[in-house]
Amino acid sequence: MSVRTPSMQETHRVIGRGQTSAGIDDTVNTPVLVGPGRTPRWWWIGMGISLSLLALYLVSIVVLITTGTGIWGNNIPVAWGMPIINFVWWIGIGHAGTLISAALLLFRQPWRTSINRFAEAMTIFAVVNAGLYPILHLGRPWVFYWLLPYPNTYGLFPQFRSPLDWDLFAIGTYASVSVLFWFIGLIPDLATLRDRSTSKFQRLLYGALALGWNGSAKAWQRYQRAYLLLAALSFPLVLSVHSTIAMDFAVSQVPGWNNTIMPPYFVAGAVFAGFAMVLILAIPLRKAFHLENLITMRHLDNSAKLMLATGMIVVYGYFVELFDAWYSGVEFERFMALNRVFGADHWWAFWLLILANGVAIQPLWFRAVRQSPLALFIISIIVSIGMWLERFVIVAVTLTKDFLLSSWGDYVSTFWDWSLFAGTFGMFGTLFLLFIRLLPSIATTEVKELAHHDAHHGSDPFEDVRHDVMTQKGGAA
Amino acid sequence: MSETISPAVHADLPADLYGLVAEFDTQEGVEAAADAARKAGYQVMDAYTPYPVEGLDEKLGFTPTRLGWIVLAAGIAGALGGFFMQYYANVVFYPLNIGGKPLNSWPNWIVITFEMTVLFSAFTAGLFMLGRNGLPRPYHPIFNTPGFENATRDRFFLCIEARDERFDLQGTRSFLEEQSPLRISEVEQ
Repeated sequence: MSVRTPSMQETHRVIGRGQTSAGIDDTVNTPVLVGPGRTPRWWWIGMGISLSLLALYLVSIVVLITTGTGIWGNNIPVAWGMPIINFVWWIGIGHAGTLISAALLLFRQPWRTSINRFAEAMTIFAVVNAGLYPILHLGRPWVFYWLLPYPNTYGLFPQFRSPLDWDLFAIGTYASVSVLFWFIGLIPDLATLRDRSTSKFQRLLYGALALGWNGSAKAWQRYQRAYLLLAALSFPLVLSVHSTIAMDFAVSQVPGWNNTIMPPYFVAGAVFAGFAMVLILAIPLRKAFHLENLITMRHLDNSAKLMLATGMIVVYGYFVELFDAWYSGVEFERFMALNRVFGADHWWAFWLLILANGVAIQPLWFRAVRQSPLALFIISIIVSIGMWLERFVIVAVTLTKDFLLSSWGDYVSTFWDWSLFAGTFGMFGTLFLLFIRLLPSIATTEVKELAHHDAHHGSDPFEDVRHDVMTQKGGAA
Repeated sequence: MSETISPAVHADLPADLYGLVAEFDTQEGVEAAADAARKAGYQVMDAYTPYPVEGLDEKLGFTPTRLGWIVLAAGIAGALGGFFMQYYANVVFYPLNIGGKPLNSWPNWIVITFEMTVLFSAFTAGLFMLGRNGLPRPYHPIFNTPGFENATRDRFFLCIEARDERFDLQGTRSFLEEQSPLRISEVEQ
């Protein structure tokens, strides 16, 4: 073992050197446990903005329900306008959270810990927004439960052959299993908060939520098995959810939608947008709560690499769509492709999305870019906009011009389309700010396990080798 | 944990004694103590740690959990229930001709069958884990241990319960002292 030089910047390690169990506890839990008077100012400002937008959301919903879907821009032929675009956008964002918690756990990626908890929260809050959109889009949202198979006096069942009912089951399962996975993961951390509580309110809140967890070896044995099983179930679930949403499109006969590449291409797009949102949230969060030793450059770097990889799959999807349209030989498919790329009304949307999703991610090939939180933050925002534009092109632009010239139309969004969309950010922001204030945004028990492993076995097998090479190069040792 | 062990053999012990608890400040300390306790013949014991310690369940002599089999059964029930819910609705209860498709158009039902499989097995995994662990449980004698609030922070505890056949206040205490813990506490029910 060579002498450690703490001043050297280390970018390969999952967590900073020399983390102790108690230190991790204090870093993560102190901002949660301080009294209301010591809540940071940025939190109040963020909460103020979020609550204002949430108020706008509620107003938009009241206007929608009292007036009807006519307040939106969607009409025949574009019956799926912004509500469905935003639905797909939000649910896509959620997917990275499940992927980080479930898939990376199964693949035994140690960098999963310390970003999984807030990514799971992001998933749930994104699914809340996504799930409400199709219900509001029903026109009569108060009878949404007609989609469920339940004994009723009409003697009717929902039409199980319809992808719209598949959607209900997919999203319902996804939302409830995500909440379960998140809560089960939180229980040991809630017990930690219970034992660190400084006020009666905290003792009651965290004591009740921790359900009496005592960390016994027998409990851990069952807990770990259950957690592993939940991960193994969530991974295929997350793939099935966006595949099902893609089938809402692919099962129809609309040119540009009836395409076998839709499910995998939608899943890749979801992960792409999701990792962008993980970075948008992680970069300010680690700064605000001083978590740089737990959410390290390695996390940002790996997320950026995954964003690049899934982004390239998405770009491949764009080309396959165009190729398929040409290769199919179907007049309508070919016209749809030309209309998307060169159509007079919406050509800009296609080229902007190529710019945002294809070109803007190319700097991520360079390590220097992946090591710069500011650059990652900007690229992630561009990607989020790009993925919204992608859904705009798929949903709205495709529908404007289909088979019959006589049924062509245009799509123009309205104030209420945008106010509802802005309102969803209020919902997301309010829930997320409440989460980071009241619950630990990092899974402390998992990071403790990692820190113990780290202290005895190092971050990876080549750690010492690399350390020696780096110190010789820098001459710091 | 065997329920057959009779408390009568310990008539000499204080009636409200739950067990002797040793506190350690390292994971290795509690692992070695658990190993030694099992080898010394203790059976009714448990360790309490801030994070899962791999292999500690084997050192304590626990049998593997059967949770996986329960979840598998629930998954199969969910798959069959999901599929035949749709079969019943579309073939038996309200047959409806949609675009000339056969009534039993099973490929259309795969998505919901899959989602029901996941829903049933995931909730079984989560709720059975909680139930078998006896949660939610507001009171547990182990919380009477002095300093136990650090069991969720950075301390490791080994509890040999008074129900154990070999439990003996003096003998067990001196056995635990050999494991060099930070302290040993007598814990009440």
